[in-house]
Amino acid sequence: MIVADRKPFQEIIEMLAPYSRILLLGCNECVTVCAVGGAKEVAVLASEIRLRRAKEGIPVEIKEVTLERNCDPEYVETLQPFINDFDVALSMACGCGIQFVGERYRNRIVLPAVNTTFYGVTEQHGVWAERCQGCGNCVLDRTLGICPVTRCAKSLFNGPCGGSQGGVCEVNKETPCAWQLIVDRYKEMGVLDRYLEIQPVKDWSVSRDGGPRKRIREDLKI
Amino acid sequence: MRLEYPSNIKIVKVPCTGRVDIIHMLEAFEGGADGVCLVGCLEGDCHFLTGNIRARKRVEYAKQLLEESGIGKDRLVMYNLSAAEGQRFAQIAREMTEKIRGLGPNPIKAVISRQQTAETKRLYADS
Amino acid sequence: MSTASNLERVLKAGIFAVTSECGPPRGADPEAVKKKGGFLSGYVDAVNVTDNQTSVVRMSSLSACLILKTMGFDPVMQMVCRDRNRIAIQSDILGAAALGINNILCLSGDHQKFGDHPTAKNVFDVDSIQLIQCVRKMVDDGRFLSGEEIKGKPSLFVGCAANPFADPFEIRAMRLAKKAVAGAQFVQTQCVFNVGKFGKWMEMVRDLGVHEKVHILAGITPMKSVGMAKYMKNSVPGMDVPDDLIKRMQDTPKEKQAEEGIRICLETIEKVRGIKGVSGIHIMAIEWEQMVPEIVRSAGLYPRPSP
Repeated sequence: MIVADRKPFQEIIEMLAPYSRILLLGCNECVTVCAVGGAKEVAVLASEIRLRRAKEGIPVEIKEVTLERNCDPEYVETLQPFINDFDVALSMACGCGIQFVGERYRNRIVLPAVNTTFYGVTEQHGVWAERCQGCGNCVLDRTLGICPVTRCAKSLFNGPCGGSQGGVCEVNKETPCAWQLIVDRYKEMGVLDRYLEIQPVKDWSVSRDGGPRKRIREDLKI
Repeated sequence: MRLEYPSNIKIVKVPCTGRVDIIHMLEAFEGGADGVCLVGCLEGDCHFLTGNIRARKRVEYAKQLLEESGIGKDRLVMYNLSAAEGQRFAQIAREMTEKIRGLGPNPIKAVISRQQTAETKRLYADS
Repeated sequence: MSTASNLERVLKAGIFAVTSECGPPRGADPEAVKKKGGFLSGYVDAVNVTDNQTSVVRMSSLSACLILKTMGFDPVMQMVCRDRNRIAIQSDILGAAALGINNILCLSGDHQKFGDHPTAKNVFDVDSIQLIQCVRKMVDDGRFLSGEEIKGKPSLFVGCAANPFADPFEIRAMRLAKKAVAGAQFVQTQCVFNVGKFGKWMEMVRDLGVHEKVHILAGITPMKSVGMAKYMKNSVPGMDVPDDLIKRMQDTPKEKQAEEGIRICLETIEKVRGIKGVSGIHIMAIEWEQMVPEIVRSAGLYPRPSP
């Protein structure tokens, strides 16, 4: 899923300063699962904004709408009947959703209420961690399912740097060293000598470095 | 026991403090509450095992939200006590009332009442 | 193939090599480089110049290398993958070779989190092993990573680093083997304090036959005080300072600790010289370069073969 963090409340309040009628958007997909921008979080943020505005004596009207997805035209379209009744849209969807709603409704500004952070997994209830960077050229076959691009702070392809100690990364003691994990996995599968394979320089052109990416399936186009 | 406790406390019964969500606490303040007190069972004695422990974590989170929205974190408090501690409940109710009196009314009410006064004055001036 | 590198000549002649290093200043004053270099003159076969070490902005390695070269040194230009993509890396390699730099040390580089610009974006387009491959491709095949031909190919003696004390320990010798296969010709290790563990690592290195493919220089760092020893043990990732050394420093009166640190350093040199497969030492006297001559003399490694 795509994981995000809520922006600091102060930042949100400052963004909203010029507006009094706010459409607060949530999304039922990833940001619901990572508990940052689903219907529940939308309700909480709306309440917080109302409290702050009430305290400051500045009127505010908030409509809470949580779409099934903010990244699909059919759901974005459902905002059409009422989006123009509001001064601004504040979105708790990921960066994709925020942009996509803005693209459809050119006369309305869509503000971000979250910082979109990574593609990750739910490690445990309330804990999400990064697993993939969408580099466009997966190497998980060679590292037996542990991504060095994402999980090594230096994206090293050929082994742990000198800062790997006690299984953790020198950059953050809470983060396991990706190469320790890979080596453990090689051992687990009885193929430690695979570590000796030199991974060649990577083709980053299929990653973000090659510019924004697009995927087309002609057979599905209408 | 017929113990007395301040009459300004409105009791909302829930099956377990674990049922109380962040939004419930915030909405109480939006509704004009000056303070909110969660009263859960003793830790370790939850009928649903961890309801009161989860409630405490949510209270901590809601306190942050109240602080950043300008209501103040001290208006939200959680206590743990057993069903047999009626005396203590009455005492907590008194303590809480005192504490909230010290903090003054919910700041959003002060603004609302100022606005109402201004509105009333304007109406008089117009007439 | 041979380069004009003095370090390569010394190592290939089977002479126990001595290198040291010089951290460039955090400013544009060339005198700072010359001052540090002045301490080392005549006592080392080559001098490493660090590349924004610990991710703190300093004078570029290439510039400081050039200053040292004019003083008669054979500089080893350190190059990290943190700050350059393959375009900048290859360009700097051509530039270094053009200016008569004979040695390059290929490193991944410390993470920027530890430096003075922790909010910087890092590069890591290639890693240290791929960097070694890249340099060798340029030097041996006269080709860029792209495969295109280089007009006027560079000549460089190619080195790398190794940390025998980091985890996972069981692949640390294999990691050096990978670097040797990639084309590293010499290696300078992390500071050796735990000689026992270093010995074990060397045994694994010998088992893989790596010591015959790459010249191994053991990293040596003199400790100034017990404070420094503790700092290195506790705060520098990948550093292994055994408790008995800490205790030895601790039990020494404060004014004699520097002397004791030098004594430990000399003992370490003596021990690593006795380990089969060790071809030299790399002295990293951090902000204590003035001690290098004494260390080299006392270790019986002076005079150095004339370049």
